[in-house]
Amino acid sequence: MRQEKRKSDIIISSVIKVCGYSSILFVGLILIFLLREGLPALKDVAFSTLFSVRWYPIEGYFGILPLILGTLLVTISATLIALPFGIGTALYMSEVAPRWIKEVLKPVVEILAGIPSVVLGFIGILVLVPFFRKFLDLPTGLTAFTGAILLGLISIPTIVSVAEDALNNVPPAYRQAGLALGATRWQTIWGVTLPAAKTGVLTAVMLGIGRSLGETMAVMMVTGNAPVLPTQIYALFRPVRTMTATIASEMGEVATGSQHYQVLFLIGILLFVFSLVINIVASAVSTRQRKRSERVLS
Amino acid sequence: MKKFSIQDLNVRYSDDNESLRKVSMEIDSNAITVLFGPAGGGKSTFLRVLNRLNDLADVKEMTGQVLFNGIDILDPKLDVIDLRRKIGMVFSRPVPLPLSIYENVAYGLMMAGERSKKKLDNAVESALRQAVLWDEVYDRLTSSAYAISGGQQQRICLARVLALEPEVIMLDEPTSALDPVSTSKIESLLTELKEKYTIILAPHNVQQAARMADYAAFFLMGELIEFSSGKDMFLKPIDKRTQDYITGRFG
Repeated sequence: MRQEKRKSDIIISSVIKVCGYSSILFVGLILIFLLREGLPALKDVAFSTLFSVRWYPIEGYFGILPLILGTLLVTISATLIALPFGIGTALYMSEVAPRWIKEVLKPVVEILAGIPSVVLGFIGILVLVPFFRKFLDLPTGLTAFTGAILLGLISIPTIVSVAEDALNNVPPAYRQAGLALGATRWQTIWGVTLPAAKTGVLTAVMLGIGRSLGETMAVMMVTGNAPVLPTQIYALFRPVRTMTATIASEMGEVATGSQHYQVLFLIGILLFVFSLVINIVASAVSTRQRKRSERVLS
Repeated sequence: MKKFSIQDLNVRYSDDNESLRKVSMEIDSNAITVLFGPAGGGKSTFLRVLNRLNDLADVKEMTGQVLFNGIDILDPKLDVIDLRRKIGMVFSRPVPLPLSIYENVAYGLMMAGERSKKKLDNAVESALRQAVLWDEVYDRLTSSAYAISGGQQQRICLARVLALEPEVIMLDEPTSALDPVSTSKIESLLTELKEKYTIILAPHNVQQAARMADYAAFFLMGELIEFSSGKDMFLKPIDKRTQDYITGRFG
């Protein structure tokens, strides 16, 4: 009996071990694959071509600058839109809302997170695009701004649920202490609760940025997909193209091993690096906090 | 002088646990009034009525009269912010706010709209001196309030209340998470502070209650069983249940 229990223990723990190691293995394999397919681009395509402003692969122009800037433009504006709404919603849910509203809001936000981005892109094309064309009197409603709004909508649920968890983890004693000192509710939220949940909220923001950086479908449907270098502020209201959308729309038609193919993988590597940086920043922020709390315990 | 005068106070939470029943008592200024009794007896609820912190909890019913300096504080139109500035509170676990030591002590004043750096500096120093903490922290006011020991943190919480120059200081089991040395520091501090303030203390054991009480109130299951001077309470209690609790027969 005892012997048998030990045996099942060994089996289970080795299965868990394999699962754990396999995810490291997969990431490693993906990285190797990306590097193998994408790095030759650096050798085969001249640097001056790569970092030019013209993306026209059929004629041999592989300027990825407009794509990088397009991605940054859309992601940053999306974050600027999602940040106040996301944190505001999280604050409302955890600090202000009566219980029944909270119980309705939480599943609604989760449903929003679960809507496939294609569906949102569809709504974007049918509703947002014509609206912006008329309302802002633009030549086309397929703009970076439209994409940013959709992306904001997509990343809000991520920000809300992570930030709300962080706020809920703030001990009620903090709020009581703030209120007992004669702070108003808003002063307590701004001066006590939010700073106490700072790391969790920052993590939420980072995850939200990661979400909008990697989003492909909705962006491809509403940003117009013109690889134009966004140089001025009004570029926000002109079509752009993001890195993800480029890969998704061109990968299907490219000859394996060609320069174009290699450059697309190079873009993939860059995206990988971007999200790696975001993840490292996010985890650096949260481990710094953990170290501080360890010090408190000692 | 009477600081508080409480008449027939009933409090019931929405989960139908009757938490306080017909409590009537008066609280003297410049004295330590001790509330003691087994857990769940209503001491914390009572304290949280006095500064209206109960507004946040699920209170279903609250009746009776609580006069503070002759003003009814159960009045829904009362300015609770102002009330809470006059009635400070220290909690059972030290809860420094996630700020620096200086900001913790200055927080209440800053929230009250005080902007003058000089006034804040003076208030912080005087509060820390009153809490006998100045000599231990004056050279690291800008470091996090979590970087100091639990006993010091609790005195920060006390200093934070003192900085507001309140009339009343309420302490809900202030030493339950502290070591004996820190505990005796806080206790001797309170004995000094009663010269200037009205102190209401809910200690976490009978010994501390007996040590500190000028007046003592014994709470059991939401009822005020006995209320008398500290001497009478701990030397010749009248009620049988009080006797049993003090001598350690239950609770």
